[in-house]
Amino acid sequence: MLEYINLFIKAVFIENMVLALFLGMCPFLAVSKRVETALGLGLAVIMVQTITVPINNLIFQYLLQDGSWGWAGLPGLDMRFLGLVIYVGVIAAVVQIVEMVLDRDFPALQQTLGIFLPLITVNCAILGASLFMVERDYDFSQSIVYGLGTGVGWTLAIVILAAIRERLKYANVPAGLDGPGIIFIMAGLMSLGFMSFSGIRL
Amino acid sequence: MISNAKPGWMSRQARNALLGPLFDRNPITHYVLGICIALAVTASLQTTLIMCMAVTAVLCGSNTIISAMRHQIPSSVRIIVQITVIASLVIVVDQFIKAYAYDLSKSLSVFVGLIITNCIILGRVEAFAMKNPPWLSFLDGLGNGLGYSLVLIIVATIRELLGSGTLLGYTVLPSAYEGGWYVPNGMLLLPPSAFFIIGLLIWAANSFRSGKG
Repeated sequence: MLEYINLFIKAVFIENMVLALFLGMCPFLAVSKRVETALGLGLAVIMVQTITVPINNLIFQYLLQDGSWGWAGLPGLDMRFLGLVIYVGVIAAVVQIVEMVLDRDFPALQQTLGIFLPLITVNCAILGASLFMVERDYDFSQSIVYGLGTGVGWTLAIVILAAIRERLKYANVPAGLDGPGIIFIMAGLMSLGFMSFSGIRL
Repeated sequence: MISNAKPGWMSRQARNALLGPLFDRNPITHYVLGICIALAVTASLQTTLIMCMAVTAVLCGSNTIISAMRHQIPSSVRIIVQITVIASLVIVVDQFIKAYAYDLSKSLSVFVGLIITNCIILGRVEAFAMKNPPWLSFLDGLGNGLGYSLVLIIVATIRELLGSGTLLGYTVLPSAYEGGWYVPNGMLLLPPSAFFIIGLLIWAANSFRSGKG
């Protein structure tokens, strides 16, 4: 159990997707004007992330890994090079399915998250988590925790940034720095703050 | 493909497609696209150069291929088609790097794979290649790739030179730990500095543009 808590804390704080690994920057900058929309996108990311990372883990273990086709009489088959295109396909499919399920069963949630779901297909944080999961050889249960943790970490970062940006409207920023420039510097300061979590272990 | 729609080899339009993204419409400082991987690999100049080549190659390839297929792609499934083309090209690049520079591919870790979700590539395919003939799209891809590389190389040079006193692994500023005079600023090798440098670069680009206009 402790191992999973450790992994979760590592994914949320120490190796925060945005602030330490720079993944998912584009929506992080584009959709952080208001806290509510940032939270909506964040929830959608958590949901898709928790579903896709374990699915990709199963696909990797049983279909792609070196020797995983041994049961079919093809022990030498190594399909790892196909990984990238398959993970992206899984992500696009899951996003589409989540959208359809929400539309049918939870129309209220669909109203809030609907516009963000298509954006998620090209969110580097989602693909990044799947790739890191493969690189670090997580097993199935670890991949669930990792997916959830990275999603929560990304949401935390974007909600904090959105809150700062709401306050930033009252600040007097130099002309050329206004807009993306100051946001980068804010993100840098946040990243500096998150660095103080490094080294935490339970 | 459509040879009569092809503009001159180096018409004004073609020159604009190639040179525009270098400075005026730079993908990073103007549109703020493709930052994700831009920051992660810039702690050393060598990985940055490999990354720049990979991104430029994928950009040129995907722009040309999609542009050649643009009349055949139904608009309802175009995103899937685009992503598949991009992902296939990235797989080729990834395998190429693994075959010829295995050590570098280890230090680039997952970031070559993440070129797929780099917004610049999908953005250029969607905004330019779907509407323009292959030669122009190729130049647009090349121009955007070079513009992207330009910013990345500036960031990487600053980070590696001031962060560890070396360039491409060669010592430029002898560090104090090895008997030299320069005390490396370790913060430049850490994630926050990449944010600061890009922020300041955008500031510089904005001031330059508004001063000129």
